[in-house]
This record gives sequence, structure tokens and C-alpha cells, in this order.
Amino acid sequence: MGDGRIQVRRSAGARLWLSAGWLLFVTLIAIFAPWAAPKDPLAQDLFSGRLPPFWVQGADKTFILGTDSLGRDVLSRIIFGARIALAVALIAGTLTCLIGATLGLLAGFLRGWVDVVISRLIDIWMAFPPVLFSVLLIAVLGPGLFSIILAIVVIDWTRFARVIRAEAMGQGAMDYVAAAQVAGRSRLGTMLVEILPNVLPTIVVLLTLEMGIAVIVEAILSFVNLSISTDDPTWGGMIAEGRTSVHQAWWVLVFPLVTLFLTVLAFSQLGEGLKDRFDPVLR
Amino acid sequence: MSFLSIRNLSVQLKGGQRLLRSVSLDVQPGEVRGLVGESGAGKSMIGKAILGTLPQAVEVVSGEIWLDGVDLLTLPPRPRRRRIGALAALIPQDPLTALNPSRRVGPQITGRLIDILGWKRPEAEARARELLAEVQIDVVERVLRCYPHELSGGMRQRILIASAFAAEPKLIIADEPTTALDVTVQKQILRLIAGMQAHHNTALLFVTHDLGVVSKVCQTLTVLYGGLVVEEATVRGFFNAPQHAYSRALLAATPKYTDPDASLLPVPDAVVQALEAQVAAADRAWHG
Amino acid sequence: MAELYTVSDLHLSLPDMTRKPLLGAAPRLEILKGLSFTIPSGEILGIVGGSGSGKSTLGRALIRLLEPTAGSISFAGLDITHLPESRLRPLRCRFQMIFQDPMSSLNPRQQVAQIIAGPLGVQGLDHSPARIADALDQVGLPRSFAQRYPHELSGGQRQRIGIARAIALKPEFILADEIVSGLDVSSQAQILNLLAGLVKDLGMTLAFISHDLSVIRRLCTRVLVLQHGRIVENAATEQVFNYPQAEYTRELLGSIPLPDPDQAWL
Repeated sequence: MGDGRIQVRRSAGARLWLSAGWLLFVTLIAIFAPWAAPKDPLAQDLFSGRLPPFWVQGADKTFILGTDSLGRDVLSRIIFGARIALAVALIAGTLTCLIGATLGLLAGFLRGWVDVVISRLIDIWMAFPPVLFSVLLIAVLGPGLFSIILAIVVIDWTRFARVIRAEAMGQGAMDYVAAAQVAGRSRLGTMLVEILPNVLPTIVVLLTLEMGIAVIVEAILSFVNLSISTDDPTWGGMIAEGRTSVHQAWWVLVFPLVTLFLTVLAFSQLGEGLKDRFDPVLR
Repeated sequence: MSFLSIRNLSVQLKGGQRLLRSVSLDVQPGEVRGLVGESGAGKSMIGKAILGTLPQAVEVVSGEIWLDGVDLLTLPPRPRRRRIGALAALIPQDPLTALNPSRRVGPQITGRLIDILGWKRPEAEARARELLAEVQIDVVERVLRCYPHELSGGMRQRILIASAFAAEPKLIIADEPTTALDVTVQKQILRLIAGMQAHHNTALLFVTHDLGVVSKVCQTLTVLYGGLVVEEATVRGFFNAPQHAYSRALLAATPKYTDPDASLLPVPDAVVQALEAQVAAADRAWHG
Repeated sequence: MAELYTVSDLHLSLPDMTRKPLLGAAPRLEILKGLSFTIPSGEILGIVGGSGSGKSTLGRALIRLLEPTAGSISFAGLDITHLPESRLRPLRCRFQMIFQDPMSSLNPRQQVAQIIAGPLGVQGLDHSPARIADALDQVGLPRSFAQRYPHELSGGQRQRIGIARAIALKPEFILADEIVSGLDVSSQAQILNLLAGLVKDLGMTLAFISHDLSVIRRLCTRVLVLQHGRIVENAATEQVFNYPQAEYTRELLGSIPLPDPDQAWL
């Protein structure tokens, strides 16, 4: 059927390519940070503190996006910050997804006591205030990359579990599942062969959203100084620093903030774009 | 002039395939006309075009819909909605989704009268009671206070019928009103619709795929295929001597329990091909 | 004729989730209230009744998608009433089902070839492309359909896939649950003719659930009329239509609008 659908697909395509393009760019920059960054992100130079970006009066052209109060190059710090942001996004997002989606799938499809146990666990888990929970967790474990990832996984698996459980339940009520039973397929086989492909688009969307959330959580924890050591460049840490001097040097705050914003937006748009593209029902 | 007169109405998916191909039909005051066809024939689209409830992705491309002497398609949206609201009503197919599950039945019947037609509340409530009695609901007061899920499918459909007749419309569009119901309930509901129609002398456009139902309820019928009018006839004329090959094929494909040995013949390929050629020709004429 | 199915005093109740109290178990809703009948092999049994009569529940109990609460079902001499799923699995290729809604009963993310091959593979039978092509031939679909997805097919074509999936296993018994109720008359006629032909050629026994007595009369040799979970009539088709015994059967017959303006009906 006609052009209406083609139009939908075209806009979905643009969304997919733009977001994937940005993320690819950030990833490449992160991987090749030592070569991509114009300066050493840790090198301080108090004589060239708070230099503005290159197009503003009084700039030093070698500090393309200016410097912070300690004279460190903003662009280089953003580039190195991408390493931590993406590592957290990838590792924490994937782990959260694996744990949450597995539990959700089991609860939603097997129902019965499995569902009762998992659902109660989710309910109890979600009654903890997430921010306090993560702060507490990091206070116990000590700050560091590993702690951040663990905090994100421990808090956010319920998001996956709940959504995938509902989705699996809906799919489980479909007749094709009964048809698989009539054919003599085992429960586990039915779950993997029949149900999983049908919840996969939802999992992909949630996964990319979760990666965006992970980036934000890492930034928040850096902002309150609970991430990795303050010397290491992180976007959240830069934003926290920039906040204190926003009237004198807005660029220290704005550039990492824009990068963060674009990256999180790109993750969520990537999910939606992938769903539209790889869903045979929509196609 | 007819009460409802549709002239060369064409409807299409936005920027795409046509769903109605220059359809014309007339309904006289008090007439019951069946709209018959298989899925994809566009029979529901006609009702939706009249009521202005076409789906977002669908648009009217050309044609006129004259309702009581005014071409609806030339009116601006607000006056058009008001005119449709005052003159026409719908009995929908699915009595479950057509009622708001979180509101009691009573306000759902009176709401339309009060909000759209500006009736006073006591007036509207009295009218609701009167109507529920008319659709043969005995426990009127209790039903008015029920939520939709507390009622059976047949009961819900009665409420929707009452609600359709509430404002004394001159035209009712019934879109497969009994498809979701049991046969025994279907008979009661059809009897009710026929009785109410005769009593109020309302024109009725009855959309259905069931030729059995058409032969009982309607006076005239229009057969559609692929958005084209294939045959227009009186019910008696149609069932005694269908003119178009497609009409004859539809009748031959309908099983009858009184005639078990007659082999069921699907619509022959030749007939389908001839119709598809007609559809293609209509599209060529349209584009060329 | 040997009896393929012997059902005696079948009771089935399901938990009524709409009335479930906050704590504790939901009350049981009794759906089948003591049914006894047999299905001789080779018969085409029509099962009719209104909504809530329990006809679909009965069907699903016959192929053990549901477990009866009491009574017994024996299939080809085997008591399958309470067999656990693990022991039913090897039997499953002997009784199959065609579903009402061909959209929801075909996995939207599988191609037709996978849909038909799935049950064959599970049962350890030949599921080569040639076998799939055979199955498509049998239901009168072009072989190229193997690479299509369900949403690319029309309602009638989807239902043919459902039939192909069921008969590919060469079952002795097929349950058809309202399989033509969502179709246009033309596809309905095609599907009914196809099914009648297949049942005859392959010598299968069929239970055909429908609310449409005209369809039942066309296809079935025997009719079971259900009302509120009880059998009100069980007789040969001719008998049921010419000399209906139960009040409810007469009411059902009287409710069918024939495509004939001269029948006094309303």
C-alpha cells in the first residue's frame, strides 16, 4: 500500500542515519582519543585559564573550544570524557538489558510461581529510592567505573523486567503460542523461538534508551563527585565545574552539556529508528 | 431530492491508493438501504465519509455528500460537525469499544444530548429512560447506573441503539451492528433496529457482509467491489434475479442450511478478473 | 467404526480472574458441566452453540490445551485426561488444531516456510523445502509463498497456511475452531471446500466448531449442540436440521437469516 508508508519509512530512515552517524562519530573519537584530542586533557596551565572558544575575542586558536579555570583544553576533555561515557553506556546498558529482559521474559511467559517471585522482587526493588540507593552503593563500594556500572545495573534492571514481562504476557496470549504447544514444542523452545523474536524490537528500544540513561546517570554521579577520580575528564564532572564559573566562562559548561544532550538524544532515536527499520510487520 | 445523496465520491489513502472510486448512491427519507460487499469493498468507508470520521490517513478527493439539501463537503468543519450531529447517528460494530469503559452508561447516553445538542439535564435524562424502555430494557434505572463491562454484548448494543436514536436523527448508519453478537441475540437486535426504524421513520444505511441479514432488514441494496458500485437493486429484485455476475457469485458462495447439497462456489476467477479490470479502468480514467 | 475419542462426564472449570479477591485464589467458573459423547474415526463432528456455551473450551480440552477438572477423555484408546505435557508431546502430531484468527495464530516474525516447518521439526519429521512445497501445494497456494510473512497474505491465504501447518503432520484428528468466521463468503467457500476435500482424501477425523449452522450443515456428518456447558442435542446432521429435538436447537435454527426475502423471519 502506497506512499503513506513510504513517507513514514523515509523519516524513520533520516532519524536512524543521523543518530547512528553521531554515535559512530563519538565512538570513533573515543577510541582514537589520544590521536583525536589536540591537547593533553590533564595538562594544566594556569596562565591560559578560562580562554574562550576560537571565534571569540581574546581566544588562543589552539584551544578550539577554550579552556577551563585550570587552563585545561575543553575539547580534549570532552573527547576523553566520551571514553568513559560510552564505556558506561555499553557495559551497563548491555548488562542491565540481559538481566532485566531475561527475568521479564521468564516471568511473563512462564507465569505461575516464577512470575510471583520475580514480580514481588521487582515491587520491593522499586520501593527503594533510586538516587539514595546508588549513592549508598557507591559509598560502600568506593567511587570508580566499576561501581557506577554496578549501580546502574542494580537499579535499572527492573525497568527492563517490567516492560518485557508485560510484553511477553501479551505475546503469550496469542494463538501462535498455543499453536506451538499443539505442535509439541517445549516451553523453553517456545519462549526462545516464538516469543523472543516478537519482543526483540522492544528490547532493542529499551536497550538504546538505557544506554542514554546510563550516560546521564554517569554524568549525574560525576556531577556530585561520586564517579571516578576528579582528575579524569568526565562530561558530568566538566558540567559541575563549569557551573561554578558559568558567568565568566560559559563554554566550560555549554560544550559538554550539548555533547551529552546530543548523545542521549541519539541513543533514544537510534532505538526508535531500528525498531521501524527491522520490524517486518511495519515494513 | 433524496435525503442523502452521494455524488461521485472518491476517497483515498493520503497520496496513495483509492478506496472509493466515484461512488454515487441515494437514500430516501425512511428508506433502509443495505451496503454489501466483501472486505476491502469500501462499504464502511462510505459511512465514515458521511459522518466525517474517516481515519487520519484517508482523505476525500472529490465528490459531493448532500445531506438534507446541503453538501457537507462544502461546509467548514464546525458547522459540518454540528449538522451531522443533528441529522445523523451511528450504530457501531463493536459494542464493547464503542462505550467508554470508565463511565456509567447513563451519562454516556445523555452526554451527547447535553453537550452537542444543548439539552437540559432533566430533559436528557427523561429521554434516556424513555429510550431504554423503547429498546426493551426492563431494569432501566439499574442499567443507567451500570458500567459497560457489567452488561452483556446484546445489552450494550441495545444501549448504543438507544443512544443513536436519542436525538431523533433523520439518518442512521449501522456499521455491521450484529457481527459481534450471537445469532439468537442478532435476531433480537435486528428486530429492534427494524422496529425503531419503522416507528421513527428514520433512513437507515445498513453496512453488512451478510446477505441473509440484508434480505430481512433492507428495502434496497448497493453491492460494492473495490470501491466501485457493482449493482443497485431492490431487495426483492436482487434476490430473485441478481443482475451482475458478481452478485450471483456472492449468492452462490453463501451457504444455506435449507439447501445442504448445493455446492458452495467461490466467486469465479473470471468474475474477479472482470471486476479488477473495471477497477483498473476507473483508476486510469481518474489519472488520465 | 472405531471410536477415536471417547469423552465421559467431562467437567472443566477455570479461575474467574474478574472476580478474584485481593488475597487468595480466584473463584472457579464452571464452563463444562459433565459432557459425554464419542467421536468415531472418520466423522466430521460439528460443535455449535452461542458465546459462553463452552464450545471452544471443549475443543481445547480435546487436544489438551486445557486440562479437565473431572471426567475423562480417551484418544485412540489412550487416557489423555491428565497426561503431563511431557508425555503429550510425542502424541501431539496425532491431534492438531486450526485456529480461528489466522493473524494471531501465525507468528508475525516467521516466514511461511518456518511456520509450516516448525511443528515438523519439533516432531522430528521431514521439514525440507520440498516437504514445505508439498504442503503449500496441498492447500492450493503457490510455492513462492514460502518466503512471505503472514501480514503479506490475505485472510483466506493465512487460513490456508494454518491448515497446511496442521495437515503437514498427517494427524488423525483435527480441531477447527471457528476457522471461517473472519472470512468473506468467497474465501469461506474456498476454505470449506478445501477442508472437506482434505479430510476425505487423508481420511482424517474432524471436529468443526462454529456458530454458523449453515456452514455446519454443509460440512458435518454429526452435530453436537451446546448450551451453557451442557450438551442439549447430539445427533446426525439430517436429524438435527429436520427434526430438532431441543428447544435451544430450534431457537438457533430460527435465528438464522436466510438470503431470501420471502422467509418470514423478523
